[in-house]
Amino acid sequence: MNASRPLLEVKGLQKWFPLSRGFLQSSRFVRAVNNVDLIMRKGETVGIVGESGCGKSTLGRCILRLIEPTDGEIWFNGTNVSSLSKQAMHKYRRNMQMIFQNPYDTLNPKHRIRKILSEPLIAHRVPKEEHETLMVNILERVGLRKEHLERFPHEFSGGQRQRICIARALILGPELVIADEAVSALDVSIQSQILNLLQDLQEQMGLTYLFISHDLSVVQHISDRVAVMYLGEIVEMGDKQSFFQKPLHPYSQALLSAVPKNDPDENRERIILQGDLPSPTNPPSGCKFHQRCHVAMEKCKTEAPLLKEVEGRQVACHLYA
Amino acid sequence: MKPLLEVDNLCISFGNQATMRHVVENVSFHVHAGESLGIVGESGCGKSITSLAIMRLLGGNSRVSGQIRLNNKELLSLSENQMRTIRGKDTAMIFQDPMTSLNPLLTIGKQIGEVMEQHDNLPRDEVKKCVLELLTRVGIPRADEIYHEYPHRLSGGMRQRVMIAMAIACQPLLLLADEPTTALDVTIQAQILDLLQKIRKENRMALIMITHDLGVVAEVCDRVMVMYAGQVMETADVRTLLRTPMHPYTKALMMSRPQSAKENRRLNTIPGSVPSPEHFPNGCRFAPRCDQVMPICYEKTPALAPAGEGSACRCWLYDENKESKEVLV
Ligand SMILES: Nc1ncnc2c1ncn2[C@@H]1O[C@H](COP(=O)(O)OP(=O)(O)OP(=O)(O)O)[C@@H](O)[C@H]1O
Ligand SMILES: Nc1ncnc2c1ncn2[C@@H]1O[C@H](COP(=O)(O)OP(=O)(O)OP(=O)(O)O)[C@@H](O)[C@H]1O
Ligand SMILES: [Mg+2]
Ligand SMILES: [Mg+2]
Repeated sequence: MNASRPLLEVKGLQKWFPLSRGFLQSSRFVRAVNNVDLIMRKGETVGIVGESGCGKSTLGRCILRLIEPTDGEIWFNGTNVSSLSKQAMHKYRRNMQMIFQNPYDTLNPKHRIRKILSEPLIAHRVPKEEHETLMVNILERVGLRKEHLERFPHEFSGGQRQRICIARALILGPELVIADEAVSALDVSIQSQILNLLQDLQEQMGLTYLFISHDLSVVQHISDRVAVMYLGEIVEMGDKQSFFQKPLHPYSQALLSAVPKNDPDENRERIILQGDLPSPTNPPSGCKFHQRCHVAMEKCKTEAPLLKEVEGRQVACHLYA
Repeated sequence: MKPLLEVDNLCISFGNQATMRHVVENVSFHVHAGESLGIVGESGCGKSITSLAIMRLLGGNSRVSGQIRLNNKELLSLSENQMRTIRGKDTAMIFQDPMTSLNPLLTIGKQIGEVMEQHDNLPRDEVKKCVLELLTRVGIPRADEIYHEYPHRLSGGMRQRVMIAMAIACQPLLLLADEPTTALDVTIQAQILDLLQKIRKENRMALIMITHDLGVVAEVCDRVMVMYAGQVMETADVRTLLRTPMHPYTKALMMSRPQSAKENRRLNTIPGSVPSPEHFPNGCRFAPRCDQVMPICYEKTPALAPAGEGSACRCWLYDENKESKEVLV
């Protein structure tokens, strides 16, 4: 096996949702994810940030093929999983799991934890005699106990429920975990417990995380690399330290400047973005960010910048041409 | 000067005689015109029901006692009819979830217009003009188009701004904002906090900001009240609280933020979780999770004692007579 081969390689991924308004307009699309390239190495954490609606969840779902990408390739451990049949993909999915935002919606309230945890085992035909050991092991890893197997979701606190979701995602021993706003609904105190847990599990089980979050301080804490998305595209990607020290893309700069202060007297220049994220159905010409950009130039209105290597990072902006 | 809002010994309980649970106990605080008070604390500590009690919006299975004086009116003794004239005009609320509080069947223009018509007797076309102005003011682009849209066609950030527009439509003296930005991303959050600050300054409006984000507190609040398990644990002006927190709970909350972690180190956590009202412990309610707990903390409830100018703290650590009391136990 080639040691430097990435665990995951995404090439030119696209997801366009057709708009469902009448047949005459059926040629209109929501361009949720546009031409995304992404490489992840084993054991690393890549954080994805960006405004609501910029395509973070869609990207995560496409990688697992929970929804089918419109175009592009997904290579996992050297296999092109985007060309696999549904059945072959099902087998692969035990290596790639997702943790969702809201532990309340994703746990069936009528099922005991035993049933919730055994579902993935049954779906992947794990021999029945192994179930008990696997379930107890994973519960203990996430800080719960054997007796919790007989309880129902409502008997747990929010933090414990998120632990159960994590246990369910990890029970098959995946290599890649996509965490979609996995701690966003939790209190700071519970959030820090879960973040510590995710980091411990990563060390113990050699996990690779794609960590989607709109909370920049969380991403700053947990990631090795950060990718910033804007209107379906990655506009900046690079090493965490240098990104947070000196964001290069004007959108990244606005994003970081919007993080609330730690002290009322902290003096920080804030770049307030005007207006909302433009509609992904009808994206602006040129650079998609130009209408809201505080340093836009004439060129930005007509020419779309490509991702280019700048200061050891990838940035899509004409400023760095 | 007399405060605009005076809440004294507010107690809230739920259930009937047999199943009665005291969820909020003896909460007191004042807010002056133009001032902003932050209420912080973990989920379930009683922040929302405290604000719902002020609006008199708690359901039938609740019992509320104490005093809530707004602008010299005792709200708890008003009839529902009198209360209706207070809501919107004197005090308004932005709720945690905008979708549940917007009527999906009414256009944005109609919803905001209705609030205005209820309180000010304006002619129709005047109302429309005011609504459009208001929408522009809360930063909604294409106000004249959005006026005719239905809530589900707007993004989360736009809905939240519509909620704010509705809340400030009649220029309330007091605005209660319950986690107004928690569901939003930082760029929209920054826009909305900016907007709330602007309105507060322009109208000398008082603001109660409920949040569990200490960054939001640093951003907009003059004073802060920290709640835990239905009680006030500490209050202080925002600088004092953030720079020199006293209560171990306040310190723990601040320390568990990702910003407080050293480079790539584990985050600090508060062990355990907030007890539910039927399991409130004896003594200090935070004692079982406190890293500075002493024997007395499990025995006796500490009082919320004054601690310097405008500050108060409920903790045995700061009680001078602690030694003698410890002997007593
Ligand atoms: N099933 C779908 N059909 C049509 N459009 C969709 C669908 N799912 C997502 N979209 C659109 O695709 C875009 C990206 O959505 P996505 O959920 O990926 O954003 P996000 O970055 O995860 O946002 P958030 O931070 O709010 O979760 C949005 O404009 C959304 O409205
Ligand atoms: N209608 C009700 N009947 C019984 N108990 C209730 C009711 N509403 C709230 N409670 C209880 O009161 C306590 C405080 O609830 P509240 O909603 O005020 O918390 P909060 O501090 O706003 O939390 P969050 O940050 O999650 O919004 C909780 O223990 C809750 O279970
Ligand atoms: Mg999402
Ligand atoms: Mg609440």
